[in-house]
Amino acid sequence: MIVISDVDYFIGPVKILDGVNLELPKGGISALIGPNGAGKSTLLSLIARLMPLQAGTITVDDLTVGACPNNTLARRLAILPQASDAAPLLTVRELVGFGRYPYHKGRPTPDDHAKVEDALEAFGLVPFADRRLDTLSGGQRQRAQVAMTYAQDTGYILLDEPLNNLDIAASRSLMRVLRELAAAHDRTIVIVLHDINYAAAYADLIVAMKGGKIVAKGTPDEIVTEDILKEVFDTDPKVHRIDGKVMIEV
Amino acid sequence: MFKRRLILLAVLLAACTAGYLMLGAQGNWGFVLPFRGNKLAALIIVAVAISTATVLFQTITHNRILTPSIMGFDALYVLILTVQIYVLGAQEYVHLSQAGQFVANIGLMLVASLALFGTLLSRARGDLMRMVLTGIILAVLLRAVTSFLQRVIDPNEYAVVQGASFARFTRIDVELLAVAALLTCCALLVTWRLRHRLDVLALGDTAAINLGEAPKHNMFVILVLISVLVSVSTALVGPMGFLGLLVVSLAHLITPTASHATLLLSSALISALTLVGGQFILERVLGMSTPLIVVIDVVGGIVFLILLLRRKYR
Amino acid sequence: MIRVTLILTLALLAVLSLFVGVADLSPSALFYDRAALDLLWTSRGPRTVAVIITGGTLAVSGTIMQMIVRNRFVEPMTAGTGQGAALGILLVTVFMPSMPILMKMGIASAVALATSVIFLVIVNRLPPTQPMLVSLVGMIYGGILGACVLFFAYQADLLQYIDIWMNGEFSGVLQGRYELLWIAAAVGILSYLAADQFAIVGMGRTVSTNLGLNYTQVVIIGLLSIAIVTALTVVTVGMIPFVGLVVPNIVSRLSGDNLRATLPLTAVSGAALVLASDILGRVLRYPYEIPVGSVFGVLGAVVFLWLLYAPRRHV
Repeated sequence: MIVISDVDYFIGPVKILDGVNLELPKGGISALIGPNGAGKSTLLSLIARLMPLQAGTITVDDLTVGACPNNTLARRLAILPQASDAAPLLTVRELVGFGRYPYHKGRPTPDDHAKVEDALEAFGLVPFADRRLDTLSGGQRQRAQVAMTYAQDTGYILLDEPLNNLDIAASRSLMRVLRELAAAHDRTIVIVLHDINYAAAYADLIVAMKGGKIVAKGTPDEIVTEDILKEVFDTDPKVHRIDGKVMIEV
Repeated sequence: MFKRRLILLAVLLAACTAGYLMLGAQGNWGFVLPFRGNKLAALIIVAVAISTATVLFQTITHNRILTPSIMGFDALYVLILTVQIYVLGAQEYVHLSQAGQFVANIGLMLVASLALFGTLLSRARGDLMRMVLTGIILAVLLRAVTSFLQRVIDPNEYAVVQGASFARFTRIDVELLAVAALLTCCALLVTWRLRHRLDVLALGDTAAINLGEAPKHNMFVILVLISVLVSVSTALVGPMGFLGLLVVSLAHLITPTASHATLLLSSALISALTLVGGQFILERVLGMSTPLIVVIDVVGGIVFLILLLRRKYR
Repeated sequence: MIRVTLILTLALLAVLSLFVGVADLSPSALFYDRAALDLLWTSRGPRTVAVIITGGTLAVSGTIMQMIVRNRFVEPMTAGTGQGAALGILLVTVFMPSMPILMKMGIASAVALATSVIFLVIVNRLPPTQPMLVSLVGMIYGGILGACVLFFAYQADLLQYIDIWMNGEFSGVLQGRYELLWIAAAVGILSYLAADQFAIVGMGRTVSTNLGLNYTQVVIIGLLSIAIVTALTVVTVGMIPFVGLVVPNIVSRLSGDNLRATLPLTAVSGAALVLASDILGRVLRYPYEIPVGSVFGVLGAVVFLWLLYAPRRHV
């Protein structure tokens, strides 16, 4: 369980997060939604200790973010790095191999190698394993990044708007993989999403944020309603229910 | 990776080394060999120190056009030397033991470079162009202050500093050489042990934190290593200008890889090959009077310009 | 108001410059001491005039170059023109040492012009969204040319000249050894006639053409004036970095970019600043002299760093 207590965050004089208190349960997919500037990405970055906390505390199970050793947290929680162009020379296998770094610190054991092969297999990357990242398409690169996160073998996986720049096929396939990870491998996924339809279709829990505060929290059925969407996004789309699924008119 | 290329580089280096030691040595081998041997050792220490410092610097700044020399690390060292002579006076300064002076300089250099480049790197990181330009102007400023102080110093004392501000391989102090070799070996050993961590840091800040490496803490360690390496090479022969940029760019061409183990080795080999081979050709084969560093600066400058012009802009 | 203050400051500095130096010279001595008058006439006077001309024309050249390149962070002495001039005069000294001085100057100017044109060609290939890159490329380009100069100087055993050309100082200025600078002064004044044209060129090719200006012609005239002024300065007193960068930037911040109004201001400020640095260099380590290039190197680099980080009023 991730517990966020009384977290404030300022950038200069601007208050980005305003007294956030939130519990994200273990297991399943939790989606953060909200308008631009609501503080979703900031919250995610704070959980993943990408930025130092200014006020409040965040705990991941028994670990306190910021106080526990970096490397310990790296074996408990992973954030999907934005597709970085810092290392275009890496092959897919090398990139996925970095997911094991928190365990072997540069000296991989046969077990680490096996986990990497397992990840390549699980994400259908075996045919590309020895291709360099800069020769892959955006969707394939994204898949390689997710495979690396998978290989990191953490209970918690955080993703910050992973569907950006992905076409519909790649988006659906990524969300299905996450679904599978949560269901079959007992991982906890926390994901920032822009498209509420994806959140409604794949998340178990939706957290709506606005102006640095948590506005609502609940199942897709509870959250994706015309009233709440109007309150959060200041716009009034129609919500349809088709075959028990919620759909938003765009 | 690239094992054959690394071996080829090593063989070439060995050939150049042999040529440098043997060619034109007539008569008294007992005299010629130690003399040339010292010079050769200095060349190799400087070559490896500069290439390693450059690889480290490019890794923590995530780019391939910055080097410690371009950012003014060696200019800072010369300035520290000058300030000491200015404060103590050349008489006092010369009385200090060589090794003692050297260690004191490195201590001061550590403090100054951490204060200066630590802040600069953490503040201007987002804007590469601004950072590069700041570094270059900073280097110009440090050099200007140095030359200003050198003029303010008594003309007699001036000669003591002047020796330190231009790269040359003619006079190598043996005592200094031993200390330099020791320090360089320590720094290289630490760097080698960090090689996997460097691979992770090169992935970018987010990825590094995600994998459990704190960029800030590592930047501190690496800045210390760079300061030691640059101090050693500057103390031995003076500022080396574009050498670092030139050899690391070549290393990226010859062994294109993200693995620091390979990169550190290949850039060190290329660097040693450039200095030893260059000195060998310039001195023994062509008989030119121009110092090698001037040639390196012309070629390295052109490489830098090409790198700048070929960069892709977002 | 600024104008009057500036001119008064310059006048004051000029008087000061006449009476500061290794040899004693007091104003009253001029009335009875023939030697004092001689000193004034052959050394202090020429030196003061040389400093004023150099400071003024370098500042104006900096402005013109910034207009042509459309970038505030460049200046001739660090972007290849100065190094080109040094390269030219070095080549002439090696290959045609007996040439008359005016011809030598002509060749130095021609090489300086060529290196400036090459710089402009490189700059035109750079993306306009990267103002710092232009400056960076200029400095590296200048550095490469400087290293080339050093290379040839070593080969030709002319290192002692390099020191004279690369480090600007006025202590060697005497009557009979600085008069070429008057040509630079004339060029500077002539380029003022084209002030409006340079200001328009600074707005780009499209605007220039739209206003009926022959863009290429104005650019060539500007580069020619920069090359001549730079070459004359390098040969007569040596390189003084940053004058052409610092002065135009400060003037532009205070008084805007209408060159017809601001160019005289730029010239006077440049003269005053270089003169102040020169006097400083004379008194700081009396009786030794610190070259004005060293003084201005420190000063200029600090101001440059400030310009890089200070918020800009206009781009």
